[in-house]
Amino acid sequence: MLTGLLYCSVPVTGMGQQVGAYGVQDTLRSGFSSVKNELLPSHALELSEKNFQLNQDKMNFSNLRNIQGLHAPLKLQMEYRAARQIQRLPFLQSSHLALDTLKGNDESISFEDILNDPSQSEMVGEPHVMMEYKLGLM
Amino acid sequence: RKMATLSVCQPQLGGFSFENCKRNAVLEAEVTKLGCNVPSARKTGTTICGVVFKDGIVLGADTRATEGMIVADKNCSKIHYISPNIYCCGAGTAADTEMTTQIISSNLELHSLSTSRLPRVATANRMLKQMLFRYQGHIGAALVLGGVDCNGPHLYSIYPHGSTDKLPYVTMGSGSLAAMAVFEDRYKQDMEEEDAKRLVRDAIAAGIFNDLGSGSNIDLCVITKGRVDYLRPHDMANKKGVRTGNYKYKQGTTGVLTKSVIKLDLEVVEETVQTMDTS
Repeated sequence: MLTGLLYCSVPVTGMGQQVGAYGVQDTLRSGFSSVKNELLPSHALELSEKNFQLNQDKMNFSNLRNIQGLHAPLKLQMEYRAARQIQRLPFLQSSHLALDTLKGNDESISFEDILNDPSQSEMVGEPHVMMEYKLGLM
Repeated sequence: RKMATLSVCQPQLGGFSFENCKRNAVLEAEVTKLGCNVPSARKTGTTICGVVFKDGIVLGADTRATEGMIVADKNCSKIHYISPNIYCCGAGTAADTEMTTQIISSNLELHSLSTSRLPRVATANRMLKQMLFRYQGHIGAALVLGGVDCNGPHLYSIYPHGSTDKLPYVTMGSGSLAAMAVFEDRYKQDMEEEDAKRLVRDAIAAGIFNDLGSGSNIDLCVITKGRVDYLRPHDMANKKGVRTGNYKYKQGTTGVLTKSVIKLDLEVVEETVQTMDTS
């Protein structure tokens, strides 16, 4: 019933590969690009899921701003920014305890916690590449 | 100890991964070109229903799970626990209903620990509909949610795309029309518990006998303030027949012509004793 709808045929933006220096496709690190890969999402939900957390935050902050004034989202975002910095090096597993507590993720379970748990994944990120990316040396 | 490394710049995230979708679409096209079929998900072509009576809720479900045209499970349990005072029947893809109800049950438990109150049915309803809407109907779970909380008995029906209805009697699944016919004929407001149980039993039986996707037994769940009766099975509508003839032969039917006994000489080579820790 649903299998016919899984392959999406509507082209969208936002699926593009990471751009390297000078705004050009980074062939060395992300391989050759194909127009089909960049334009067509592989699943109807792919784009919506990629940006879900961002969109939720945007919506919540704008609601908060309308109800309580500009100070409320400003303070919260400052706290989030501070909490996001409490983490280990990028290729190691960080618990994000402070960030989760602020966002309320410590009191809920969703598919992010059950499926594809990064701490259980069989592949590990390359330490040097990830550190260079984090420090902006790439 | 070495691990395989991925040349990525950013850490991996949890949740659904759509990496293999394009590959699966290509594989499916290839397979259908050869004339075979991709294996289909196990569904619970079902009859589930619920009714509000004087003191609470009665939920009912059949017990057949199908995989295409084959019965995959003759006695599966479709009434899932959400919280001590809330239960949920699930129709649609079996895995989806199972996982969805378990996730919402965990979330409700955390929520009720945080508020230190018994959870409300409206909370479970809101959590379910927000999750199902987020996945735009790709999670195929059609649910009948019922429970008794501080505001009385509540009954909701939740569709896979995230719409909900709050009604005094609801039916879902492939046998929903048969069950709804029974409800529309005999439902009355403020019924007694026995009448409500009989009504739900008859509605599920109508679904079982008139719909191919529903069958086997009838499970009931009666929820009242402070008490839950999970009757599984409440009624065995389709009993498998007992064989009347015995096709086993009596000992001595075949005559014995000769008998020879050969003794195997075994010699003990080594004897070790391993003590078990039975403390």
